[in-house]
Amino acid sequence: MAEMDTSGGGGHKKGPGVKKGKKLSTRVDLTPMVDLGFLLITFFIFTTTMSQPTAMKLNLPKDTDKPEEQNKAKESGALTLLLGGKDMVYYYEGILAPDGSNFKSTTFKDVRDVILTKKKSTKPDDFVVVIKANADATYKNTVDILDEMTINDVKRYALVDIFDVENQLIKATEGSAAK
Amino acid sequence: MPRVKLPRKSTAIDMTAMCDVAFLLLSFFILTTKFKPSEALAVVTPSSVSSKAAESKDVVLVTIDPKGKVYFSVSDDAPKKEIFEAVNTSRNLGLTSGEIANLSSVNVPFIGVPFSQLKSLASKNKDEFKGVNWPGIPVLDTLNNELTDWVAAAVSAFQGQKMALQVKGDNDAKYPSFQAVIRAFKKNDQLKFQMITNAEGVPEGTELYKKNMSNMAAGKSASAE
Repeated sequence: MAEMDTSGGGGHKKGPGVKKGKKLSTRVDLTPMVDLGFLLITFFIFTTTMSQPTAMKLNLPKDTDKPEEQNKAKESGALTLLLGGKDMVYYYEGILAPDGSNFKSTTFKDVRDVILTKKKSTKPDDFVVVIKANADATYKNTVDILDEMTINDVKRYALVDIFDVENQLIKATEGSAAK
Repeated sequence: MPRVKLPRKSTAIDMTAMCDVAFLLLSFFILTTKFKPSEALAVVTPSSVSSKAAESKDVVLVTIDPKGKVYFSVSDDAPKKEIFEAVNTSRNLGLTSGEIANLSSVNVPFIGVPFSQLKSLASKNKDEFKGVNWPGIPVLDTLNNELTDWVAAAVSAFQGQKMALQVKGDNDAKYPSFQAVIRAFKKNDQLKFQMITNAEGVPEGTELYKKNMSNMAAGKSASAE
């Protein structure tokens, strides 16, 4: 490809008296060009961010005052996850005890075990995760916990506003942890 | 016995083919690269295992910046003008048709001001949008959540056509802003929306991972919705 046919004349022999012009090779060393090409490719691959943004779907429950339209959650199958500040997760199973004895804390690393343990110990139809975040929780925490629902294949979960009691419990736990 | 003479071969290889390949790849990469549009709002999105690509048509996007301020924007193919007209009538802003035209042009990539300042926004140019400290759309006041009006305007402007409601939040944005955005959606009966995230690998050994694996084994495309 890089050479051109310089012999000319269809290859038949020229007469004895005809002087032959000196054949110059047109062959070019393409190695540096290949080097350059691959260098540019490498550059482009490394500078390209392949990450196309993905979308996570979230369906909200309809706000309703009529009790017959509200989704009911069985107490035994409910797991409430509370998101607090400093990437902490607090949780309780069923209904929060008045003295807060079943109120436990964990981290985002360990919350998967909590969800899986609860999932295994309850009937699949009853299992529901309630997610509540307080004012200190970040958007990342929210997305992470929703992601955790997808990862652990939790069919029913809801994002609900936090109660004052729970907020105070989180505040109290955070306060005692700081001491 | 005389040794067999091996004909000396040149070690130079013809590089032409390799050169062709290199530049073919190079041109492929250059042509397929889409440059990230420089965004006036710097938002670092969290990552999720969702592998569905975000929709890019008919997008109504609500952005939450690291400080929790809320911005509203629509994609260029959306009926921008109708949205501003709807807001104008619902909130009695008294915008002239010229101001509406400028607001719905490319000069205003996003809205990050309360309704009271919308008039001054109308005279702004696209270049003036960078590095400005926007007040954001007031959302935290539950009685006067202005995003509700924006979403209502978008819903009426789309006239029942499919619109992709998206939320793009920063990692550090606090939850109350997001909660206020959800409230604004709920008030307009927009119960389905998408959250823009970065793709992330599914952790091994989890249920979703197993599901994807079995889907792949069954020949179905592994998708995590």
